[in-house]
Amino acid sequence: MMMYALAAVLLGVGLYGLLVKRHLLKKVLGLLIVEHAVNLFLIQLGYIDGGIAPIRTAGEEAAAFVGNAVDPLPQVLVLTSIVIGLGLAMLMVALTLRIYQRYGSLDADRMSELKG
Amino acid sequence: MVDIIPLFVLIPLGAAFVCLLAKKKLPAAAPTVSLASALALLAMAVACHVEGASGASIAGAWSLELHGGVAFIPGIALVLDGLSAIFLLLVALVSSVVIVFGLRYMDSYDGRPLYYALLNLLIAGMNGAVLAGDLFNLYVFIEIASIASYALVAFGTGGHEIEAAFKYLMLGAVASASILIGVGILYASTGLLNMADIGAMVAAGNVSEGALLAAAALFLGGLGLKAAMMPFHAWLPDAHPSAPAPISAMLSGLLIKTLGIYALVRILYVVIGMDGPLGGSLQTILLVLGCVSMLGGVLLGLGQTDFKRLLAYHSISQMGFVLVALGANTWLGVAAGLFHAVNHALFKGALFLSAGSIERITGTRDLSKMGGLAKVAPMTAVGTAGAALSIAGVPPFNGFWSKLLILIALFQAGLPVVAAAAAITAVLTLVCFTKVQRKALFGKLPDRLATAKDVPLSMSMPVLLLALLCLLGGLMWPLGLDDVIGDAAAAVRTDAETNDAPASYRKLVHDLGRKP
Repeated sequence: MMMYALAAVLLGVGLYGLLVKRHLLKKVLGLLIVEHAVNLFLIQLGYIDGGIAPIRTAGEEAAAFVGNAVDPLPQVLVLTSIVIGLGLAMLMVALTLRIYQRYGSLDADRMSELKG
Repeated sequence: MVDIIPLFVLIPLGAAFVCLLAKKKLPAAAPTVSLASALALLAMAVACHVEGASGASIAGAWSLELHGGVAFIPGIALVLDGLSAIFLLLVALVSSVVIVFGLRYMDSYDGRPLYYALLNLLIAGMNGAVLAGDLFNLYVFIEIASIASYALVAFGTGGHEIEAAFKYLMLGAVASASILIGVGILYASTGLLNMADIGAMVAAGNVSEGALLAAAALFLGGLGLKAAMMPFHAWLPDAHPSAPAPISAMLSGLLIKTLGIYALVRILYVVIGMDGPLGGSLQTILLVLGCVSMLGGVLLGLGQTDFKRLLAYHSISQMGFVLVALGANTWLGVAAGLFHAVNHALFKGALFLSAGSIERITGTRDLSKMGGLAKVAPMTAVGTAGAALSIAGVPPFNGFWSKLLILIALFQAGLPVVAAAAAITAVLTLVCFTKVQRKALFGKLPDRLATAKDVPLSMSMPVLLLALLCLLGGLMWPLGLDDVIGDAAAAVRTDAETNDAPASYRKLVHDLGRKP
């Protein structure tokens, strides 16, 4: 339960950084924290206390293996989600660089071209 | 027919790779490959519908065959039913037209092979999202399309474009996180990711109401942001106009529908279930969000003088129409909503393309600096006028029929107040587009535009084609189009006959395991 709470706290911190902070790099960091919070949440869905890695060795009893191993599916989801998150973060950093080259500033308040 | 289902994703994905590989050596290959891929997709989508019309079922499911020991385990399930088929056709049609338009329009941009690669990635993501049979693949394909669209919004690399893309990416990332947590919650409470299987468990009452409620709220928030519903709309009026015109047409015409409306319909109707314990509150939420989007979008649109920004606000408002129609929670409501989504793709695609043409002709997007374009650019003017009449809901264009059907569906569902809001929005849309026509197409030609020329045929014909389809769509409704849309609606919403729609979707997926 502790870890779920940690994921929730991380999610809150990340969203705060992403949506409230005016510094673009802090927004990027916020995005990374949000992604990690979600990954932390997902990986716990398959976790069982004292579980073993879901790799079945030869001769291992199938029923015992299924009972002891953690659920591999969330791990697969998290792997995919990490890759997607990497793509998002790279694109966001690239946009941040472009903005810096253009305005010489990373302050979102100095970017005046958008109305909304 | 089932075997071609994965091609809907693989062809555009392959085309994207070819565009990137040929970037240095053979940059001219990119447009050709993209156009060929889009036309192939169009032919395949039409073939599916022809087969569907000939009496055979359009539906089919495909999956990677993984053999885990003795049991057959469906891997990456792709499911084609009436609802998916109509969106596949729409994506193929609009993207083909957009690619033709872009052949000349994109001349002024650098890095065209990259544009085509991203465009193909966008198409692959949308096709995949429409076909995905499990929640996580739906999420992955939504992300593929979204990331391609963030990059495409920034494609002009001007200050405005990059800022709009940054804002779009920020909000899009929050939406994606929300969708992924929703997927996680459903997995935690069912141990399943397959949408049909989760739907069966929910229908059997084996999922706790709290988990369902949390998942529904997260999906509504995430997909609502992708569909630009009113409280989550802030990115759209910046992002859609900032992209190059062909991309604006793709984003407004297709992306908010495939990622937003389609995914919402699939998840709310098939997975969570509108007849279940949450049905009533979901219906209320859809109706409220729909009304706010409808009225808010059109009111904010009234004051705009930037043509593309005005169109973007009307996208929000027209999506509101679709939402209230879905909120009616009847077969007619879903059919009317889907019909309006299809129509919106056609006329908003045409309008964004013509906004690009007009910008090319006049050098501005400011409506108050235009006028009399009908004299110097007759082809573009006719196409724009047709599409504008359609969005304004003038008979016999398709926009009129779908709005009329939505009003009828709302009255039948006993929601006269919502119907009144829809009617008010329709009138305000008419007012707004009458203003556009008067300012841009008719009236006095400014002196500086006296020597302006119409755009080349490869840019005016796509707009004319879409406008023609708007007209045909209206005329075809009683002559066969109602069957196609009706099938799409019946795929998710039980109609008057004794057809349990979510159950037939489940059967489709479950037959996978029994293939020889």
